[in-house]
Amino acid sequence: MSDFEPNIVAFLCNWCAYAGADLAGTSRLIYPANVKPIRVMCSGRVDPVFVLEALKKGADGVLIAGCHPGDCHYQSGNYKANRRVILLKELLQQLNINPRRVRFEYVSASEGQKFANVVKEFVEEIKEIGPNPLRGEQ
Amino acid sequence: MDRIGVFVCHCGVNIAATVDVDEVVDFAGKLDGVVVSKSYKYMCSDNGANLIKESIKKFKLDGVVVASCSPQMHEHTFRRVVEEAGLNPFVLEIANIREQCSWVHPDRKEATEKAKLLVKGAVAKVRLLEPLVREKVKVTPKALVVGGGIAGIQASLDLSEKGFHVYLVEKEPSIGGRMAQLDKTFPTLDCASCILTPKMMDVKNHPNIELFAYSEVVSVDGSIGNYRVKVVRKPRYVDFDKCTGCGDCVNVCRMKGKVPDEFNMNLGKRGAVYIPFPQAIPLKATIDPEQCLFLRYGKCGRSPACQDVCEAEAIDFTQREELVEFEVGVIVVATGYDLLDPSALYEYGYSRYKDVITTLELERLISSSGPTGGEIVCPSDQRKPGSVTFVLCVGSRDETVCTWCCRVGCMTALKQAYLLREHLGDDVEINICYTDIRSFGKRYEEFYRRIRGVKTNFFRGRPSEVKEKKDGLTIDVFDTMTNKLFEIKTDLVVLVPAVVPRNDSSDLGKILHVSRGADGFFLEAHPKLKPMDTFTDGIFIAGCCQGPKDIQDSVAQASGAASRAANILSKEELEAEPLIAFVDEDFCSGCATCVSVCSFNAIELMKKEDNKYVARVVEALCKGCGSCVAACPSGAMQQKGFKDDQILAVVDVLGGEA
Repeated sequence: MSDFEPNIVAFLCNWCAYAGADLAGTSRLIYPANVKPIRVMCSGRVDPVFVLEALKKGADGVLIAGCHPGDCHYQSGNYKANRRVILLKELLQQLNINPRRVRFEYVSASEGQKFANVVKEFVEEIKEIGPNPLRGEQ
Repeated sequence: MDRIGVFVCHCGVNIAATVDVDEVVDFAGKLDGVVVSKSYKYMCSDNGANLIKESIKKFKLDGVVVASCSPQMHEHTFRRVVEEAGLNPFVLEIANIREQCSWVHPDRKEATEKAKLLVKGAVAKVRLLEPLVREKVKVTPKALVVGGGIAGIQASLDLSEKGFHVYLVEKEPSIGGRMAQLDKTFPTLDCASCILTPKMMDVKNHPNIELFAYSEVVSVDGSIGNYRVKVVRKPRYVDFDKCTGCGDCVNVCRMKGKVPDEFNMNLGKRGAVYIPFPQAIPLKATIDPEQCLFLRYGKCGRSPACQDVCEAEAIDFTQREELVEFEVGVIVVATGYDLLDPSALYEYGYSRYKDVITTLELERLISSSGPTGGEIVCPSDQRKPGSVTFVLCVGSRDETVCTWCCRVGCMTALKQAYLLREHLGDDVEINICYTDIRSFGKRYEEFYRRIRGVKTNFFRGRPSEVKEKKDGLTIDVFDTMTNKLFEIKTDLVVLVPAVVPRNDSSDLGKILHVSRGADGFFLEAHPKLKPMDTFTDGIFIAGCCQGPKDIQDSVAQASGAASRAANILSKEELEAEPLIAFVDEDFCSGCATCVSVCSFNAIELMKKEDNKYVARVVEALCKGCGSCVAACPSGAMQQKGFKDDQILAVVDVLGGEA
């Protein structure tokens, strides 16, 4: 399992998390290439179906990152995203999918370092959990 | 779309050094729907743009993927390029292979593989993109300026001069801000009020400026071009129109001389009714409801003395706060800064020892309109100090307090050293304990040399402690220039505190939806190229609310912000981003889930002819977050440019590849 490289899909909100990830780039903060970003305008746009679809397709982890509480560009999309993730984790348990494969984080536009750290941590965590059992079934 | 062109940028070596661009180009060329795949050294250059345009025409492209830097950098550039070639600007997708790939993944193989995947995802999305139309929105040619310090004043004057109506909202009873508290300014030693008050008068007299002093912005909604603003005007308990600013009430107030005077940094005392300083604009009295006997207890002697003496009959204890609403096209935020409370650094004894003060307190002591009438005295016993010691970088450039440089501390201390010498003569000993003297501005270094020449002792080191002994204060400082430990005996210690964000900046940031950096200052959209813009279109920042700066930089930035704002106001209409929600009525069951999640009241239920309800998006109010789309149980609600199938296409690519 030592050569397992997880594939992580990351939904990043345009205003905070995506800008934070850009800042990580501008600051040349190295993090694992396992994370594949998808830009959405708001983390509130992330339909739980997207997360399930990513897992179904074989992604080993899904990250959803939005603005910090109170900082949402659209007032409350980040709260909605967070709530949906909490519910989704319950559902994943019932589907016998480790809920730790889905992670919600607050990352602001100035938190390039935090973004890099979150990715590093999450990659390690998924490595620990192991590959998505659905991987390769498609 | 099935005639897609992929254009991969080398960005000099920024991308090409880690991503094998040729491999990405070859890979992209084989993807379904891609008819041409090319690379160029700088895709954002004229030649790069021409390459895209020519390819669009030659290969009759109907969709474009540009693999380059972040869409935050060049999405608008490439939208324009695509548009100029005759395509709809929204059949474009950017694959961010620089900020989120080549710059963060040094391994060439890994970076190349990721870049290929991101391009593949972008192509999958473009295949499903649809042309979109930008709706026109009318612009309200008015501006809101928040904060009436020098930056807010300058921005208001510039905007009003350009012919736009300006609402200037200031929290305090008078505009003027921090600059009004200063005596002289560096490096010219201009008298602060002499250069500030004419501008304050201009604000008062300008027909285009509507001043809301003693007022606060409580809510802002809408978007660029049309913001709806609510302002609360706090009660002064003085009829604004009747008050002549004569100050008679101030003199007879029964609380006179009992209330700490915040304008004088609590060194002097005022009454419950007060005018903050003689040049206040507006020059109107204000009653402090926390201190006024009548407002607190319903009784003030036989009758309130202020009411008795006021010939204009302006005192009005029945005033209530008033909510004012208006619309503006743009907002300039110029709310300034706070000084760090040096009590946070226990070792310096601030608030424990009376003769340890801050630069702003010394400023009020030096000022002839200050609490001592310009007499520089030790607060503990009112005697003239024989020795004054400045401690620079109190909390600044300190990993445990504020990491940043306050940018004004060195020059403030040098200026005050000069003024002390001027006021107290040759007898006074002046010591400056510094970390580095940062005299970076125009004519600052020359000013520093001038002070170096006037018998001032410089110690390069941060004092470890300020101690109070029987015969006065002592400061321990290790001077790193001579490698010696000094114990300085001194009468007055002046701390130069860090410049920090205002304590209400978090609340205001939330009202305006303006992000703040890790330091708490408002965050600019780009540190170099958009230093006055925020991430929220139509909202600009100026002065110290963006980060520490001196007066000249604040003024320059304020004029810049005003100019940026005027770019928007000078247009009659703007093109709105079309990336908003829409409803497919055939699928909508009228459950109204979307209505409940929308933060902007942008969705209504509409009764159809068959008496069934369907949701309808009010396009002018929709901000395009997509929360309703994620919430819609039937998939009837969709977001243009971010439709479910468009995002799922990317998910399938990125999720499916190991």
